[in-house]
Amino acid sequence: MRRNARAPSESCETWCEADAVSERIGRPAGLKFTKIEKRFGSLYALRRLDLEIAPGECVALTGRNGSGKTTLLRVASQLTRPTRGELTFPGLKAGEVPAIGYVSHAIMLYEELTAEENLQLFGRLLGIAEPEKRAAKLLEETSLTVRAKSLVRTFSRGMKQRLAIARALLQDPGLLLLDEPGTGLDTESTAWLTNTVHRLRDEGRTIVMCVHGESALSQLASRAARLDAGALIADTRTGATFQTVFAMGEA
Amino acid sequence: MAKTGVYTFLVCALMCGAAYAAFFRAPDEATMHLVQRIFYLHAPSGMTSLAAFLVSFIGSVTYILTRKPKWDWLAVSAAEVGLAFCTVVLITGPIWAKPAWGVWWAWDARLTSTLVLWMLYVAFLILRTMIEDSDRRALVSAFFGVFAFLDVPLVYGSIWWWRMQHPQPVVFTSTGLDPTMRKVFNLSWLSLTCLMALLIRQRYELESSREELRTIEQELEAN
Amino acid sequence: MKLLSNTAVLLRKEVHAEFRSHELLTTTSVFMLIVIVLFSFTFDPTSAESRQFGPGLLWLAFLFSASLMLQACFLRERTNDTLSALRLAVNDPFAIFLAKLCANTIFLLVAELVLLFVFAVFYNVSVFPVFPQLVLVFFLGSLGISTTGTALSAVSSQARMREVLLPLLLMPLLVPVLIPSTEATKALLETEPALRWDWLGILVAFDVVFLTALWLFGEYLLEE
Repeated sequence: MRRNARAPSESCETWCEADAVSERIGRPAGLKFTKIEKRFGSLYALRRLDLEIAPGECVALTGRNGSGKTTLLRVASQLTRPTRGELTFPGLKAGEVPAIGYVSHAIMLYEELTAEENLQLFGRLLGIAEPEKRAAKLLEETSLTVRAKSLVRTFSRGMKQRLAIARALLQDPGLLLLDEPGTGLDTESTAWLTNTVHRLRDEGRTIVMCVHGESALSQLASRAARLDAGALIADTRTGATFQTVFAMGEA
Repeated sequence: MAKTGVYTFLVCALMCGAAYAAFFRAPDEATMHLVQRIFYLHAPSGMTSLAAFLVSFIGSVTYILTRKPKWDWLAVSAAEVGLAFCTVVLITGPIWAKPAWGVWWAWDARLTSTLVLWMLYVAFLILRTMIEDSDRRALVSAFFGVFAFLDVPLVYGSIWWWRMQHPQPVVFTSTGLDPTMRKVFNLSWLSLTCLMALLIRQRYELESSREELRTIEQELEAN
Repeated sequence: MKLLSNTAVLLRKEVHAEFRSHELLTTTSVFMLIVIVLFSFTFDPTSAESRQFGPGLLWLAFLFSASLMLQACFLRERTNDTLSALRLAVNDPFAIFLAKLCANTIFLLVAELVLLFVFAVFYNVSVFPVFPQLVLVFFLGSLGISTTGTALSAVSSQARMREVLLPLLLMPLLVPVLIPSTEATKALLETEPALRWDWLGILVAFDVVFLTALWLFGEYLLEE
């Protein structure tokens, strides 16, 4: 059980219902941001943002650089503590925290270890039963078995991204957070990525992905939303069309 | 405002009283005469600096637990004031030592420990200048503030024990104070403690105003 | 217990990575050697006085080398943001600190023991009779250096001028490690060696205090 690391304070009401991580849940979980605010010094990355994502929904988040997309995803993954506001996971009982798979700009992998070692390391930390088997299975799913024993340092950008996704899938998470997963990928890897996200979506997982513009990847989403300067300015759920949400960036 | 003025006046009065007592009321000490009177500034300054560092520690711990900026302001204010009193100790020490024992610095336990303390809290203040983001700076320096204060008894203990192994001829403690001396000492200590509280308060207000100004400036810039 | 198993997994990874690359051990040992040699040029190393100075310069070499070695500790978790991956994977962030400080203690101890033999040759000191006791002293001292150094590595990695900042923060803090370690080492290298429990006691106190402080407050250092 995680000790309660959340300091009680007026400025940050119980931002996450789950104070204690009793067991990470693999069921699809939704996300509910209530008046989430994040300040870095004097810079407001998120301003009183309200957003609700249902379990199983596939959402594409877009916005300019610095609009708060990455911060929002980091708050969702609980890496970043919001200055104010509450984060809950609809679809789960109070106190339960979903298993979250997070893919960020950085690959979050040790380059001095092999692909296999990386997955086994994180698998063991997460407490996964038979981490070696799980690692092998994921390497197979991401077509990296042939490079399992190579150092990640030797991987191409596409391969690193595939391994990063494998790492995110270790816990079989019900909630996937992908931050611009297609950046720097060649056509082949992008096609692989689109297929994979397609499959994960069809398996019923909740997916939130940050994208820069419309693409085959964004078309997998059933909903799109746009952030600007830390606030939600357009959402297909509240009437905007996919076109408008993405076109706003071009203006 | 008026309250601060009254308090400041009181502190000044106390200090004048203590200075007068130190020079004219305290009995002349047998061996060192006039020079010994610096003891009434030296020793209480040491105690006051420790008290200020304790206040800073409380500020640091409370900041970590509550994240309210005012505790960070308290931590830095008390640390700076403590450092000032620490400097007084380090300056008055050699001034006393040279005429009394012929050497500027004798590596005696208390003074050496004070020197290490001084370095610790200078490091604390330097750390603060190396982090721009105010929240990050507050949290990280609070952590170091906790470590620094926890180190204090260990520093004193290890240095004292070290000097016990290699005894030196110079001893700074004035044990066995005669009653008048004790009274003057207490008055001096009281006046310095009140000065410490006043200085911490003023520095705290300054920090609070600075933060307010910075927030306003940046909100203006953002809009 | 989850904390211990996570720590063991991470510790294994740190040691495994180091055995593969040897970066830390090589650079740290060589730097210790450089410091000892340079110090030796500042006095007459063959005189009787060298016995007096020896343990002190040995520990100073250890301290300076440690403050360089520990730089990398949290800095290397910034490349590729592996720190976030760790934070997501472990339940108790203290496991990250515990694993790193154990690994650092091991690395420091190995480098120190290597340098001990070099020192024995340079200063004509016989270390074999008191070798186990020396290992104990080195271990307790290195544990203190690692605990505070690992914590301060996390501190300085968030600031500017971090290469200078870490030694600046660490050295004054380690005075209660330098003095007991040096005195205990000196006592063991005397013609009539003695194990000074009083000094070891101070080292143990230091280790306990700072391990506890790190356990209580460390997770706040990793927050965003």
